Amino acid sequence: MKLKMNKKMLMTVAVGAALLGAGGAAWAAKSDYLMPAAVPAPEDNATTPARVELGKNLFFDPRLSGSNWISCATCHNPALGWSDGLPTAIGHGMHTIARATPTVLNTAFNQFQFWDGRARSLEEQAVGPIQADGEMHQNMEELIKELSAIKGYVEMFEKAYPGQGITEETIGKAIAAFERTVIATDAPFDRWIKGDEKAISDSAKRGFDLFEGKARCSICHQKFNFTDDGFHNLGLKTDGQPDLGRYNVRKVKVLRGAFKTPTLRDVTLTAPYMHNGMYKTLEEVVDHYNRGGDDKTDLSPNMQPLNLTAQEKADLVAFMKSLTSIRPMQVTIPILPQ
Amino acid sequence: MKFSKIVSVMFGMGVLCALPAQAAEYVVDQQNKTFVMNGKQVEKMSINQGDVIRFKNADTFFHNIFSLSETATFDVGSFPKGDSRTVKFEKKGKVDIECAIHPDMYLEVDVK
Repeated sequence: MKLKMNKKMLMTVAVGAALLGAGGAAWAAKSDYLMPAAVPAPEDNATTPARVELGKNLFFDPRLSGSNWISCATCHNPALGWSDGLPTAIGHGMHTIARATPTVLNTAFNQFQFWDGRARSLEEQAVGPIQADGEMHQNMEELIKELSAIKGYVEMFEKAYPGQGITEETIGKAIAAFERTVIATDAPFDRWIKGDEKAISDSAKRGFDLFEGKARCSICHQKFNFTDDGFHNLGLKTDGQPDLGRYNVRKVKVLRGAFKTPTLRDVTLTAPYMHNGMYKTLEEVVDHYNRGGDDKTDLSPNMQPLNLTAQEKADLVAFMKSLTSIRPMQVTIPILPQ
Repeated sequence: MKFSKIVSVMFGMGVLCALPAQAAEYVVDQQNKTFVMNGKQVEKMSINQGDVIRFKNADTFFHNIFSLSETATFDVGSFPKGDSRTVKFEKKGKVDIECAIHPDMYLEVDVK
């Protein structure tokens, strides 16, 4: 059964096979799309102002890289949707990386980090690119020495993590604490889902119905963060050696060429799209799904041709555009400790 | 839980064997991206050596079942809503089971 939902009607099969009434079910489904009031954080790294401030400084500090030239924000640029606007990232020595820079936005809600999900937490993820040869190319021991020689950082670490010192763990924790503040803000879609019928266009409303129905988007782009925290091969055309994606983490056939479902929040700010950045526009993305993918090798069984009309494709794009924050989070670049 | 005794060992004379040669079949649904048994989410369960678990997809999208555990390594592939796959647990020990597509789905099976 294909799940079909709009604001007036929703059918869902509940646990225990009980069919809920339309009113109650619709309310429950709408609530799934509401951004949570609180952002989750691990027990050993509760989000505090001192930790966020330290993490923010580290995030914008190019001294975290081996060249002292690349910061986290070089690729995760807040001015470009916390990404870089490039098809795939450029790292140390102008080395081009095979995958696109994922946005930091709403990663606090992710169950898995990186395109292939190889890190379970932001803490674990944050220290990966710092040490990756092709990215920030830093030696962690050297970095700890460098930071320990900066009085301002010594004080900030002590305030944020008393008695824990400057370590790989506290560096990762602080950056993660900052990243947990990078959250999507109120979007037209949010206002509509809360009952403001004028918040989005009729085209966007039709697009939402398609998103949940004929276009099959919500099979993977689920709930408020528009992701299932799952991994899928979308049949992207590739030149040369295929990127096996999640298969490198879990040697299971269905994961060959599979990548994590990204959020669609602020999607107009994070072009280009897909794990290899091959599509410049949302229209191109919709065309890809409408074809049911191109390369059928290990294609996700959820992919199939959609037979969308030109109007339906335009409606889907209108809906996705309604997911961008009206006033995206503003960030002030810190003056770094010397 | 659907519990059925699916194997009865018969000997040549048609006598039901009294030894513990019976296997049980458990049905575990994949529902809302969780493992569900008896209408409740299940993350751990105990079964006996030789028992079978039937994994049934109750979601509207494809699921998978695999394990890379030393006790049991298998990948039953992907299957749509309404379909099911069975796994027989031949060896004693812990088996970690996941859906590859949705790795948040996790079930630890203790085979005794």
